[in-house]
Amino acid sequence: MRLEPLAALSRVDWGIMKGLSAKCSRAGRVLGAWVVLVGILLADKANAQDVAHPDIPDTLQQRIAACTACHGVHGEGTPESGFFPRLAGKPAGYLARQLKDFQDGLRKYGPMEYTVKQLSPAYMHEIAEYFAAQDVPYVRSPVPNVSTQLRQRGEMLVTHGDPSRQIPPCAACHGSQLTGVQPNIPGLVGLPYDYISSQLGSWRTKTRSTVAPDCMSEIANRLSDSDITAVSAWLASRELPADMHAQAPDTVTPPLHCGVLSDKGDGA
Amino acid sequence: MKRMTIAVIVLLLIAGGWWLFRAETRQPVSPSASKVDGATLKDPALIAKGHYLAIVGDCASCHTAQGGERYAGGRVLPTPFGSIPSPNITPDHGTGLGEWSFEDFWQALHSGKGRHGEFLYPVFSYTSFTKVTREDALAIFAYLQSLAPVRAPAQAPELEFPYSVRTSLKAWRALYFREGEFQRDASKSDAWNRGAYLVQGLGHCNECHAARDSLGGQQGSASLAGGQIPAQNWYAPDLSMQANGGLAGWSEQDIVDLLKTGQSTRGTAFGPMAEVVAESTQHMHEDDLRAIATYLQSLPPRPAAVVATSELDTRAILAQGAKVYAQRCADCHGKDGNGVAGIYPPLNGNSSVNEPTGINATRVVVLGGFAPVTEGNPRPYSMPPFAQQLSDADVAAVVSYIRRSWSNKASIVMERDVVKYRHTPID
Repeated sequence: MRLEPLAALSRVDWGIMKGLSAKCSRAGRVLGAWVVLVGILLADKANAQDVAHPDIPDTLQQRIAACTACHGVHGEGTPESGFFPRLAGKPAGYLARQLKDFQDGLRKYGPMEYTVKQLSPAYMHEIAEYFAAQDVPYVRSPVPNVSTQLRQRGEMLVTHGDPSRQIPPCAACHGSQLTGVQPNIPGLVGLPYDYISSQLGSWRTKTRSTVAPDCMSEIANRLSDSDITAVSAWLASRELPADMHAQAPDTVTPPLHCGVLSDKGDGA
Repeated sequence: MKRMTIAVIVLLLIAGGWWLFRAETRQPVSPSASKVDGATLKDPALIAKGHYLAIVGDCASCHTAQGGERYAGGRVLPTPFGSIPSPNITPDHGTGLGEWSFEDFWQALHSGKGRHGEFLYPVFSYTSFTKVTREDALAIFAYLQSLAPVRAPAQAPELEFPYSVRTSLKAWRALYFREGEFQRDASKSDAWNRGAYLVQGLGHCNECHAARDSLGGQQGSASLAGGQIPAQNWYAPDLSMQANGGLAGWSEQDIVDLLKTGQSTRGTAFGPMAEVVAESTQHMHEDDLRAIATYLQSLPPRPAAVVATSELDTRAILAQGAKVYAQRCADCHGKDGNGVAGIYPPLNGNSSVNEPTGINATRVVVLGGFAPVTEGNPRPYSMPPFAQQLSDADVAAVVSYIRRSWSNKASIVMERDVVKYRHTPID
């Protein structure tokens, strides 16, 4: 707060400075410089009298400023742009796995890889638990206009899959309400269109992968480009269920072998 | 007469070429023919000692790929001459050190040559490792041979010509490499000698903390006087603790704290040093850390830095920097730039803020990040990355501001520098 006089002074000085230098007045500039200097000295003096710092709270939230700067204090993400994903309420096992995958270079995104590089498994789990426990409202994101046909195709893929191409329905793993399953499977509703489609794309380009067998990579590679658009648009436009929490553990039987689920499932 | 001169020059060139490009070969020593018998290498005490020394030397950092098996190699090390992947040093037959004898290992560590006598690229820091004693090298070899073998074939280096021709290293070695074990200085204490041995040898601190010339050599640079790490774009600060040194004002305890926990009252490790602390120094014995501090205290004072007075009008940029600082930085680092002890590092008098290039402060503002996780600081605080929130101009302004505020008198940073360092690949 007490730096404000300095900022205010500098702003005023700049007004003066611009006017003066426009007239090429050397004396004016010297005077201006002195005013700035005196301003800085005064501000310095004010600083010296300050309590050096506010108390820094000993909370996890304070410690993880590197995470919350982009993902939000409660992990709400940036639903408007879809760029920084929501973390709030996602199952803790899933979130911890993502941190580990960034650390191991299985998920590729430089800033995330750099941030998590030195974190211990214990600290990553603690951070994952923090975001998993956040309960903040979902904000709808813009959905592109797609044809009725494409929307129907999306609904078909999500709820029934496409057996002719060995594509299981999303709901088979992500829960009957598509809100995820504890502790390792994330929900798919309430996510922005751009986020879903870019993740499906990332599985195909290998910028997102996970421990083998990587079932989501297999599924993403069985989807056509228009299937990705269809699924993403249908999921992003779906009305949110009243209860957005993930289903209880062990309530689904995944149709594929998945490394992230300790290879449960009965084959594909 | 003229003909004679030309003939002499041509002969000299041929001789020089022969000297330079004649491949040196050596017959590998098989483990069965080694003077070190198998039982010695299986001695648990020797293996335990080697384990500790491998941590001190931070071998795993370079010899482990991201997410890969420890010591199985594959981390690609960027250099200005091309990329060099580290080799597998687990005892796998065929892809690792399975067929190596101690004589082969010693030749690599001490002389910078492979099993067959081929020159090794100095990205493997044998310029420092040559100082390691034979005893310590044997312990490290015994430890590496005790690891579970991992099958991981070597990848080929991707180097530009002429660096791709290994024999060209002969000239490099003649210029920059002096082979020889560490020699004790009897006039100094045991702690000083131990510290000097660790810093100059196995710890290979000088490989980052001294400037490199255009050929990647360090012959002309003052030892541990700081330098830019080529290709990675970080600045490893001067380590002198005396007048004008990068660590002037640091106490022995500050050095020990930083190496042990990742932070001290004077600064926090980040970037490549965070990795060194996490993987290596936090696991070192207290007396070894104190020995390092003892040795660093003996580094000479440095000449006062001359900061070129800018011909630009810097008032606007500093005023803008003050504004950004008040909004984004002061809550944690304090208006006085002194940080919060044990939580946020001071910027005032911080060697990484004041280093000559401004790279470190610029990249830390852009990247943010956590202090290293260590046993002494298992849940570190962190700094937000400002890459998405601050423009290049604002980053330049706030970095210039912190480099010229309080007791800091470093040069300002230009927007064009921020553009460059914002996009340095992260590794």
